[in-house]
Amino acid sequence: MFDYLGNNTFLSLNLYPLNFKNLNYERVKEKLEILADAAKYDVSCSSSGGNRKNASKGLGDSSATGICHTYTEDGRCVSLLKILLTNFCIYDCAYCVTRISNDIQRAAFTVDEVVDLTMSFYRRNYIEGLFLSSGIFKNADYTMERLVRVAKKLRLEHNFNGYIHLKSIPDASDELMREAGLYADRLSMNLEIPTESGLKLLAPDKSHQQMIKPMDFVKNEILIYKDEKKIIKSTPKFAPAGQSTQVIVGATPETDLQIIKVADHFYKNFNLKRVYYSGYVPVSNDARLPALGSQVPLVRENRLYQADWLMRFYGFKANEILEQNNPFLDLEVDPKMSWALRNVDKFPVMIQTAPLEMILRVPGIGVKSAYKIIQARRFKNLTLEHIKKIGVSTNRAKYFITVANANRSLDFLDAVNLKDIILKDTRSKFENPFSNQLSLLNDDSFLR
Amino acid sequence: MTILSYDNTLEGFFTAVFEIFEYKYQDVSIIGADKAQNVLFAEVITVITNDEKSDRVLARLEKQLGKEGVRQILYAFLSETEDAENILFRAIKYAVDNSGKNVFADFSNPDVLKISKLVKSVGREKHRMEAFIRFELLKDGIYFAKIYPDFNVLTLVVRHFKNRYQDQKWLIYDFKRGYGVYYDLENTEIVTLDADVEKKLQDEDGIYDDKEINYQKLWVEYFDHTNIKERKNMKLHVQHVPKRYWKYLTEKKIF
Ligand code: SF4
Repeated sequence: MFDYLGNNTFLSLNLYPLNFKNLNYERVKEKLEILADAAKYDVSCSSSGGNRKNASKGLGDSSATGICHTYTEDGRCVSLLKILLTNFCIYDCAYCVTRISNDIQRAAFTVDEVVDLTMSFYRRNYIEGLFLSSGIFKNADYTMERLVRVAKKLRLEHNFNGYIHLKSIPDASDELMREAGLYADRLSMNLEIPTESGLKLLAPDKSHQQMIKPMDFVKNEILIYKDEKKIIKSTPKFAPAGQSTQVIVGATPETDLQIIKVADHFYKNFNLKRVYYSGYVPVSNDARLPALGSQVPLVRENRLYQADWLMRFYGFKANEILEQNNPFLDLEVDPKMSWALRNVDKFPVMIQTAPLEMILRVPGIGVKSAYKIIQARRFKNLTLEHIKKIGVSTNRAKYFITVANANRSLDFLDAVNLKDIILKDTRSKFENPFSNQLSLLNDDSFLR
Repeated sequence: MTILSYDNTLEGFFTAVFEIFEYKYQDVSIIGADKAQNVLFAEVITVITNDEKSDRVLARLEKQLGKEGVRQILYAFLSETEDAENILFRAIKYAVDNSGKNVFADFSNPDVLKISKLVKSVGREKHRMEAFIRFELLKDGIYFAKIYPDFNVLTLVVRHFKNRYQDQKWLIYDFKRGYGVYYDLENTEIVTLDADVEKKLQDEDGIYDDKEINYQKLWVEYFDHTNIKERKNMKLHVQHVPKRYWKYLTEKKIF
């Protein structure tokens, strides 16, 4: 076969059948600029959990873990082509650039344009798939129907097995949501404002109820399809990567405790895969909102992700992470450290014998390291050096653990100024709360 | 000291391991044939790769360390790290001396730990290739990607790309090591290109499909517009996309 390449006839043949109509480059480029711009505030980038196989010689598969193909200059994972179908919208949500009262350029992709962009980007290994959202034009169902049409065309006409994330439109009908679930891997409904009262203030046309109804429908369908699959193997997949949502942080005055309780509620009652926290980026000079030019609350956003991990992977409950009389996360130290400092009586933890649950609660020990410790301690009495090599951040952990060798740092456990001591010792790490932001947005690397 | 030289293949390495036990060599070191010429003051024994011996070592290791253990050995081997062979041999000996135990979980052993580090590095490079490889459509319908990976990971990513891109022909070529993998819509095979073709593929613009540049520009456009300027953080960006990978990335091209 490869003689043909070696023979220098290489460049003369043009055998490839053109799959796509020529798309009008200039027009598509302009739309892409506008509609990528408008979609970027949705922070979800996950392409995990799809697990779609390429069984029939088609294009693409979606692995269970997902891949970040690049990172934006703000350091976020780029995994999907994330665009709006259109930024025409009949609503006026104050926190959103697309709101009807905003004087901006509007554009709308055709279904074919989105399909072509997705296929062409996917073939070049730029993306794992498509994340399609939209402003609401005409009404909910009209919009949802268009989104579904893109997904359907990709799946049925182009045999596309890459990842598809569709935005659920508030108030969309059950029929459309069912179709959406058959073609999409993930569906998401953004609460945006964590409390109903906040929402009423900023988006008077919307209510949480409109959002909850489709979410509830999707949750139940997922369960039904899963049950059927147990009996009939050929049952199609229904939104195999589940549902997610996003809340905006810092647009309205909710406390962190309120926010993580909302997250906890939705994890439990709607089986959400992820809750995303998006620090509010000022987009409007509206008296109800932080002014243009105010700082995006990045540290707070980061702390919320950490709190979220603690609930999902470390066995913490929302009301352990924060208390009613102290409802904001400490910006100086991460929430696990903060919990440890409030609960010094639970320490030191004996690395050699403590149960996994307690090892997971030691600051500086991640999930993977915790499991490695459990394995390694069967062979040896572990010292500080051993667990450091395993990947534990010993500069934080050392204040809270007993190990096989002497550990002088333990002397400080009862010190009143323990927090200051630790802060001083670990200053550089804490000063850059984004050093592990990748991990915060991406489950898999977090568990490493 | 006895020095065994092998043909730089995994089978060759396993054969050498077999023979160390077979002939009870003491104070022994394994080196790749490419390095054997540099040995001045010791006798070099050339190991002839033997599939039967290699398979026996493989079976023995798989029995004790499982598929996962064998994967780790393969990854560490592909790291092409100076002395990887001897680190691996010591770990294998440690396994044989403690038969029945999954010694690869014993991170307090320096060789096991070193291997786990190598496995991690190679795994990361594999993952990066899966993420950062960019195909460009050539005039004759082949999606083509140039790579220069730090470790010899091309064969490790074949399955990933084969599963994913079944309806397009593709060629991924490692210009650092001078070989590639080609998929012809049915099978993949390892290929090496003539020097003049290699050069053409590296340097010439005329080889691309007419629409290729437009799609690349659209991607660059997308990359710029999906970024939130208010959150700019180049330090974090570079941490995720180290500069040495920029040459792969369409979005870093300047048109
Ligand atoms: S409905 Fe959606 S797109 Fe329209 S203004 Fe509200 S948040 Fe923005």
